[in-house]
Amino acid sequence: MERVNQPVSFWRGFWPTVRDIWAYRELLGQLIRKELKVKYKDSVLGFVWSLLRPLLYLLVYAVAIGVFLGSGRVIPGFGIYLFTGLLAWTLFTDIIGGCTGSIVGNAGLVKKVYFPRELFPLSVVGAAMVNVLLQAVILILAYFATWSFPSPGNLPLIPLALVALMLFSVGLGLILAASNVFLRDVTHLVEVGLLLWFWMTPIVYDWTKVRTTLTVDNDLAWLFQVYLANPMANIVLAFQRALWPGGQTEAGAAFYYDGNLYARLGVLIAAGLVFVWVAQRLFARSQGNFAQEL
Amino acid sequence: MTDVIRVHDVSKQFALRKDKSLKERLVNARRSRENAESFWALRDIDLTFASGSTTGLIGHNGSGKSTLLKIIGGILTPTSGYVERRGRLAALLELGAGFHGDLTGRENVYLNAAILGLTRKQTDGYFDEIVDFSGIETFIDTQVKFYSSGMYVRLAFAVAVHVDPEILLVDEVLSVGDEPFQRKCLDRIRRFQREGRTIVFVSHGLDQVRQLCDRAVLLDHGHQLVDGTPTEAVRAFRDLNQAAEEAEEENVDLAAEGTRRVTISDVSVADLDGRPVRTLPSGAGLQVRFRVDPGSRLDDWIVGVALEDSGGQVVWGANSDMQGYSLPELTGAPEEVTVEFPEVPLSEGVYQVSIAVASTGNTTVYHRVNRLATFRVVTDAYEDGAVHLRPGYRVGDRAVPRGGVPLESAAGER
Repeated sequence: MERVNQPVSFWRGFWPTVRDIWAYRELLGQLIRKELKVKYKDSVLGFVWSLLRPLLYLLVYAVAIGVFLGSGRVIPGFGIYLFTGLLAWTLFTDIIGGCTGSIVGNAGLVKKVYFPRELFPLSVVGAAMVNVLLQAVILILAYFATWSFPSPGNLPLIPLALVALMLFSVGLGLILAASNVFLRDVTHLVEVGLLLWFWMTPIVYDWTKVRTTLTVDNDLAWLFQVYLANPMANIVLAFQRALWPGGQTEAGAAFYYDGNLYARLGVLIAAGLVFVWVAQRLFARSQGNFAQEL
Repeated sequence: MTDVIRVHDVSKQFALRKDKSLKERLVNARRSRENAESFWALRDIDLTFASGSTTGLIGHNGSGKSTLLKIIGGILTPTSGYVERRGRLAALLELGAGFHGDLTGRENVYLNAAILGLTRKQTDGYFDEIVDFSGIETFIDTQVKFYSSGMYVRLAFAVAVHVDPEILLVDEVLSVGDEPFQRKCLDRIRRFQREGRTIVFVSHGLDQVRQLCDRAVLLDHGHQLVDGTPTEAVRAFRDLNQAAEEAEEENVDLAAEGTRRVTISDVSVADLDGRPVRTLPSGAGLQVRFRVDPGSRLDDWIVGVALEDSGGQVVWGANSDMQGYSLPELTGAPEEVTVEFPEVPLSEGVYQVSIAVASTGNTTVYHRVNRLATFRVVTDAYEDGAVHLRPGYRVGDRAVPRGGVPLESAAGER
């Protein structure tokens, strides 16, 4: 006899859930496939949309910031610089936005069948990964088009940055998914929050401008440290360092983040592991009430 | 027999009002605290389900049947108490067992099978059988949001019975399918019973419960009233309905129609000796008595009486004219009318009496009262249908005497 919805202590329930999720990996695969299919169901262009969106952003920022504001003249290979940052950012927003609606959007399933509810946010993560892989193809094409390639020495940053991004966004996604069930405002809060967050991350501008403004022009070095504590800033900086060939040129070297990114990402990953654990426990606490709240 | 599901003292509380957004919460902050009401959907339910048993859950809408099923299925968590169970479980709750509207039938079959724990390869093996059983081959590649509710249920049921579950929870879904499909489902459920699987079944079809289940549980406002044979539970449920209907009778005018040239009052049901009764054995006699107040002289009038069962089906109805009686002239003073039925061979159930007074040929209805008096018929016979018949059996030219196996145990083994 097995107890249904066994109450688990806050401290011990993580590993049983992980085992549960592993047992349902087949279903996770199906849900990811579902996620990808449903997103572009009945649209003519289908998957192309997931490429068009970042390309459009790229175009807008390249024109507005690169040409009109003149960043393009200062930062070499500005298009690719933008794209590497956007790559990390799109992955992040896809996961956060998708996770937030994942329980509410799957109400039909949540109310009818039982399986670990974590699978819904996780399926969003899987689908976002597939999208980012597609976008990476564009980046590779761009390397060939400009015939400039990133130096292999910095490539190990990518898996580290991806792991940090995954941990951070999965943790946040779990919390948002659960809280959105109880308070629908969360969807809108997330939209606004992501917009703010985007401008607090050095994606369309370079981090040296922030440093100059905060530490040289004003005596606010501590604020600059706060700025750099943003996990997404570190992840985006790592992406740029690893994937942006423009930084190898003399003009571009100034825009490379010169701090110890390995150490920073290491700390992020350690913190991310704890964060995911806490988030999963919070999620597990509230999931018993999902079906009746929806 | 081993137990496969144990429900230990389960209670479930629901909050009645929920504010879903920050704005609502702020705007309703004061009211929210005032109306912070909750109600108990289930109170102290304690049940065990043996392997291979088929249990029917019956009760009014809102009595907690579906909630109990969802708690057993693990979809809701109980406020207190807990559920234990063993083995693979498939649940058909309300409409559809967890389909996603934007996916096609085929994709949903795979998704659903994966939810129920099948691998893709296993599903491949069952797929043709599932589609065949559901009978919707033509639409299998259509998105299920375009399905009719019947098609939806067909596919959901087909998946649920093909994934080889040890426990099947069915919540009032079969009534959506058409008759041939319902029969197919019932056959499948009977096969499940033979294979020794456990079924928990919510139904408003009391006859279906009597036919399929070997046990029934009656829930009322979250309380477990009866746990016994289907006949016991169904009888208790009908008692409950009768009580509720009698409570409604206070509201006389609600059910009345007609010009009120003549009025009907004081409707009662009595036995042949004129003593008011509520319950009578099948085959006994019955009098329907009421007062008519014509107000002034009236010579052209007829009386109609109809008996309806609890489903609203008229089991008998006729007026005095149709029966070949012409009623004597009324002087204007109130008069008591008695319609006597020497024998009422109805099957067990609750029946309601409607009475009308009209002009001959039914051109003007003077007064009509609907479902105003209620009586109950009980029998000790085990039978389905609307009437109580007493058959004799003959094999060759030997008449078979009644007796042998006692009735009570013969029914219990069904």
